[in-house]
Amino acid sequence: MTDRELQLKATHLRKLTLEAIVGAGAGHTGGGLSCLDILNVLYNRILNVSPETFSSPTRDRYVQSKGHSVEALYAVLADRGFFPEADLKTICHYQSHMVGHPTRHIAGIEMNTGALGHGLPICIGMALAAKMDSASYRVFTLLGDGELAEGSNWEAGLAAAHYKLDNLTAIIDHNTLQISGHTRDVMSNEPLDEKWRAFGWAVKVVNGHDYAALTEALSQPAEIGKPTCIIANTTKGKGVSFMENVAKWHHGVPSESELKQALAELDAAEKLLQKEMK
Amino acid sequence: MFTPAAKAMAEKLGLKMGRANLDEFATTLEELAKSNPNIVAVTSDSRGSGKLAPFGKNLPKQLVEVGIAEQNLVGITAGLAACGKKSFGVSPGCFLTARSLEQIKNDICYSDVPAVLIGISSGVSYGALGTTHHSLHDLAVLRAINNLTVIVPADNFESRQAILFAAKATKPVFVRFGKAAMFNLHKPETKFEVGKAIQLRDGNDVAFIATGETAIHALLAAGQLAERGLNCRVLSMHSIKPLDTEAILKAGRECRAVVTVEEHMVHGGLGEACASVLLQGGVGKPFRIVGIPDEETVPGAQADIFRHYGISMEGLSEVAVKLLK
Repeated sequence: MTDRELQLKATHLRKLTLEAIVGAGAGHTGGGLSCLDILNVLYNRILNVSPETFSSPTRDRYVQSKGHSVEALYAVLADRGFFPEADLKTICHYQSHMVGHPTRHIAGIEMNTGALGHGLPICIGMALAAKMDSASYRVFTLLGDGELAEGSNWEAGLAAAHYKLDNLTAIIDHNTLQISGHTRDVMSNEPLDEKWRAFGWAVKVVNGHDYAALTEALSQPAEIGKPTCIIANTTKGKGVSFMENVAKWHHGVPSESELKQALAELDAAEKLLQKEMK
Repeated sequence: MFTPAAKAMAEKLGLKMGRANLDEFATTLEELAKSNPNIVAVTSDSRGSGKLAPFGKNLPKQLVEVGIAEQNLVGITAGLAACGKKSFGVSPGCFLTARSLEQIKNDICYSDVPAVLIGISSGVSYGALGTTHHSLHDLAVLRAINNLTVIVPADNFESRQAILFAAKATKPVFVRFGKAAMFNLHKPETKFEVGKAIQLRDGNDVAFIATGETAIHALLAAGQLAERGLNCRVLSMHSIKPLDTEAILKAGRECRAVVTVEEHMVHGGLGEACASVLLQGGVGKPFRIVGIPDEETVPGAQADIFRHYGISMEGLSEVAVKLLK
């Protein structure tokens, strides 16, 4: 799939994400849209997982540490055929396993997440298991930048470097906003690149909406003996003009008219891409 | 730990001193790990206190050291288990079940990975080190988490059996150990089944339902009370979850009074679990929970703390006699 084709898919996935959130009456809109391109690249270009291979012990592992962006993840999984798109309509509904954070009841989910600061330690265990078994699978996690205030991430940061886990990649969805406002105001964590380098990680900084850059960063061989941290600079609410860089859309649910407007913008983006591709 | 009178009673009952349950755990785990390379121990600078230094020396590739980082320890233990390892996260009970409780709840139990957590030097094993090092809350919090088997072995036999069970378990397991040498309470042919109490002594006057390192004191008290003409039942309730409700109800129905004994705060542990079973089962007998009261624990070693709060042959005998009056 070309970059353009993936971008086109992303407009569809953004629509699915927004519709799922509206259907659920709850959700994490801004962060879902900020990490959607990353998920799109992971599941369509990087991870060797599919509904058919998901039970294979040699599959790559992906653990979404920022579990609240579950609607975007479920949209991508539905698109990859893990379950029907219609299932997205059951998110947060009574007796649906599609609760507001990932659970292993849903095909394609490795671990139950949602409390922050859990994904990276879990992935270290997974990466260590791969090393012990001389297995070639890679382990990926996606962290929010606000999530980095959880101390467990830094315990894990030490351990991953200590054990030279070059089969581990942590991607930071660096959208610079969290529920209360700018991350720099809530709890400043910059410079992120220097911090992770100081912890012994190989660090790459990319535009988290640039398909070529994301693909290159995620597919390049790891620096031998070092875990990789990809700081993906993203825009919270990406793809919907009135949601971009607005903290209230962290878990804002669009009204009927806002959804209509958002879908119209995404339709327009879709048409533009289709025109460019002709 | 024992007064001269208690030691004499142990001798009279033919009890032989074993070793620390923690030593039994470490030996058993290493034995299993030698034939199963998938067994991995995870320690938080705790291999010495977990008696796993020989394990680390003999099986270095099967031990993961995470440093003093208990949250990371549980997360890593979960990740290893999710990728096919039989992981044992080993850390002092006080830190493991407080600092990393969220990881236990989510990464292990909610994600339903077959990991084992070992709380070492639990209860007031680190007595004189103070409240920071006590775990008197662990049974209460772990009972309130879904999808976790909780085992508190009373002696070396139960310890070994608990580890053999945990090594084969396909669901999360927590095992709580102290570090004092324990009398052997069971014969080797005793049947051990998770969720089933082991009756150490039969009787219908008072039923002692005890768990972990307190069970010996209940057994000694029953011996002492027999000399006063009282026949007491003693149950070693090694499984806190699942709980042997049948044995509890039977004891409540057949005995004149029930005394529970635990190295845990009186809130939320074995005692309140038994009270709930009895009350909901319609059994109303004189009942007393012996444990650590809701106060700043008295300073002292484990033996001092036990004696202070009546977790002793003498203390438990006194409680039983008063309850029957």
